[in-house]
Amino acid sequence: MTSDMKVKTKFRHVGTSPIRPDGLDKVTGRAKYGADLNLQGQVYGHIVRSPHAHARIKSIDFSEALKLPGVLATMSAEDLPEPGEALIPGAEIEMKLKNVSPVIMARDKVLYHSQAVAAIAATTPRIAAEAAKLVKVEYEVLPHVLDMHAAMAEDAPLLHEDNFTVGVDPAPEKPSNIAQHIVMPKGDVEAGFAEADLIIERTVHVPMCHQAYIEPHACVAKSDENGKIDLWCTTQGPFMVRLLTAEITGIPQKDIKVTASEIGGGFGGKTTVYIEPVAVVLAKKAGRPVKIVMSREEVFRASGPVSDAETRVKIGAKKDGTLTAIKSEMLMDTGAYSASAMFAGVLFGTAPYKCDNILSVGSEILTNKPRVWAYRAPGAPQALTAVECVINELAWELGIDPVDFRLQNAVEKDDIPLYGMPFQAVGLKECLQAVKDHPNYQAKLGENQGRGVACAFWINAGMQSSASIHVTPDGGLSVMTGSPDIGGSRASMALMAAEVLGVPFETVRPAVVDTESIGYCDGTGGSRTTLATGGAVIQAAEKLVEELRKRAAASWQVEIEDVVWMDGKAVERCGVGIDELIEGSSPVKDGAKVLTLAELAAAAGHTGGPLTAVASLHAHNAAPAFAVNVCDVEVDPETGKVDVLRFTCAQDAGKAIHPAYVEGQMQGGAVQGIGWALNEEYLFDDQGVLDNAGFLDYRIPVASDLPMIDTIIIEVPNEMHPYGVRGVGEVPICPPMPAVVCAVNQAAGTRLYDLPMSPPKLLAAIDGEA
Amino acid sequence: MKKLHVSTTVNGQPCEYLCEPGQVLSDILRNELDLTGTKEGCTTGDCGACSVMLDGALVCSCLVLAAEAEGKDIETVEGVARDGKLHPVQQKLLEHAGLQCGVCTPGIVVAAKALLEKNPDPSEEETRYWLAGNLCRCTGYDKIIRAVMDAGATMRGE
Repeated sequence: MTSDMKVKTKFRHVGTSPIRPDGLDKVTGRAKYGADLNLQGQVYGHIVRSPHAHARIKSIDFSEALKLPGVLATMSAEDLPEPGEALIPGAEIEMKLKNVSPVIMARDKVLYHSQAVAAIAATTPRIAAEAAKLVKVEYEVLPHVLDMHAAMAEDAPLLHEDNFTVGVDPAPEKPSNIAQHIVMPKGDVEAGFAEADLIIERTVHVPMCHQAYIEPHACVAKSDENGKIDLWCTTQGPFMVRLLTAEITGIPQKDIKVTASEIGGGFGGKTTVYIEPVAVVLAKKAGRPVKIVMSREEVFRASGPVSDAETRVKIGAKKDGTLTAIKSEMLMDTGAYSASAMFAGVLFGTAPYKCDNILSVGSEILTNKPRVWAYRAPGAPQALTAVECVINELAWELGIDPVDFRLQNAVEKDDIPLYGMPFQAVGLKECLQAVKDHPNYQAKLGENQGRGVACAFWINAGMQSSASIHVTPDGGLSVMTGSPDIGGSRASMALMAAEVLGVPFETVRPAVVDTESIGYCDGTGGSRTTLATGGAVIQAAEKLVEELRKRAAASWQVEIEDVVWMDGKAVERCGVGIDELIEGSSPVKDGAKVLTLAELAAAAGHTGGPLTAVASLHAHNAAPAFAVNVCDVEVDPETGKVDVLRFTCAQDAGKAIHPAYVEGQMQGGAVQGIGWALNEEYLFDDQGVLDNAGFLDYRIPVASDLPMIDTIIIEVPNEMHPYGVRGVGEVPICPPMPAVVCAVNQAAGTRLYDLPMSPPKLLAAIDGEA
Repeated sequence: MKKLHVSTTVNGQPCEYLCEPGQVLSDILRNELDLTGTKEGCTTGDCGACSVMLDGALVCSCLVLAAEAEGKDIETVEGVARDGKLHPVQQKLLEHAGLQCGVCTPGIVVAAKALLEKNPDPSEEETRYWLAGNLCRCTGYDKIIRAVMDAGATMRGE
């Protein structure tokens, strides 16, 4: 698509917030999530996990386990093909099978506590769990390393003997625990600092956390006599599950059908597999369907948490507020295998600001902790938090209002960020102005209260999607995609189809279907579904309109150009100018022939057969999202407890297809960020065992912790999308952390940049500063 | 292990089941009675997704032994909509977009209905504290709280 395409600005359905089509099933308990399916003859899988953070697996003995009545099959890495060095072909992100397969089943070594080493299938969950305890795994325990700095030491225990840091010139001769290194320069950062009147440098630590989706991973796998696999699971991407399961097990993709259940939250955490290949192998070996449901404890210990990061940021500014240089050095923890989003952190941490001199550097560090995985705008919150904390201090020191300081330095159209692609129209300044004009920004602060401002960027993804539309004989529309609906996307698909076809929203029945019933779709992630899968729906609907006009033209024996589609009807132009018919509430000229969608559908059998349309695309029209948060807090100086008083989010959605669910993304992301700033962190003991593997001790925000979250949707259209959509899901988690941190530091008079700002830590900082 | 025979009432209908002594109610509801509207997010009583009413008391069904339900009256999310009509809490959650992934929603429905039966006109703070045992990771709670308070207003005839 070209940038001079016409972006539609007048809508009938888009921009309204009807009740989601899948809502009834979700408020009544009928919707089927991952663990809600039980198949006839089903048995249960249980995974044996490592008690050590680093050990060599010497032997696995299943003999005692197999003696237990009810045990049907066992599994270890022996049952999987040896993973090679190659990148997985067709994966959404670059990854090597050797970094993925051992997370499903460890091979030779375990590299983190609770890594999977074996599995059992048995007739009941209880027998499977008992049998798992009887599996004898002999380990040679190795020294482990949990801390990033310790892992970089010369004599640190080595996780991978074959890890030679990528991105260093010349290539290192010795292996280390540094997986990758990246340097992104722009201009001359030292010259920039020389021009500055004020330079502030801070180190900001963001802890390892978890996406904490409420639904644990769950799946049911079935294998038939011909080796065809039928896999049901909770996932953000059924096609990704098909690919990874095939790569890990060696079963061809054409023999695997994946059906995505309803999904109980993911936030990036369900864009990979943990149990699905295990269930498939066990099902093949047991000859029975196998169900595996992870416990909450397993989810915390053995799925992919989120990188902790330590970022040292130095920023220089002139007295008038002009930024002269930004230097950011990031260490990002990837856990046991290279999988972190360090590149995104390095590339995007400085994206909100115009600055000629930037140096952004990152290192990805291997430690004996669970292999990290994506969490909403992966890599960006850690990097942006560090930059925004320093920006706030500069504004304070220079005596400039923090919103004005950002308005002065905010990027706009044609600015070139560090990653090199010039911005088209972006809404950062509009977001900043909107929070400044909001009554919350004028609210008076009392004693022990503070206000933090932060802005943020996320790139948004496009990628591949497919959609198909079928018309029922009475004019109903079935819209199918392969994008799991994680937060109301069926409603958005239905709105866009209704918009193109000019029919009531309720006429459209949107569905998410299995991998054999629709063309390839990348996963629900990267803020891409409304943009890309929605784009496929728009294209399919346009094709259908074309076909409907053709059918009407044939039955009237006129040219297709003489038929317009409006209000869900084919109308013969009848000499009326096309502009009079389109876009209006449109009285049809007397005598114009009309065929409704229902009439055309009823006649379809005689006019060329069933009415269907299919569209597949690779979306290259994604556009970045910016957001600004303002947070007011009150700190209790006696206890260090923080209360969030007011929270304001402004975000450029491009075009909000379903505004209520756009607000929902903003509010949900804000609260996840508040949790990460104030409470959430992984706590390991010195043996690498997670101490808080449950919702009691890993405390996510609850309703009584929070105020209402006020939202302002800004709409600066994406010039490359027919409806102006940008994507909204991820950027909301980027600004809340720094907004909270700065508010707390202002309220408490502290300069605490070691997150989370839990009461004991904040109290110590208050006492230290007092 | 010998199973225990339990007689209960589930959503107004007599219901019998067999359970192991250590089996919890959420397991029986989901896997024996096929009432999978009751969700299991933690099985430690921390997330509230398995909320049900047991003899009129709001409980986490993952913390109740199935055998304890003998002679008791269980109400699950499947029993909340009656005669083809949604309960106001369900209707308002839909209207306010008070759900995203929807997995916590059954627990929220059961808990919020219990709140409004006890306190027909809860303040925002009362609503937030009552629902503090129901984790939601998607919404930030804003729209849930508004929906529940609006459902209260509807039930009061406002």
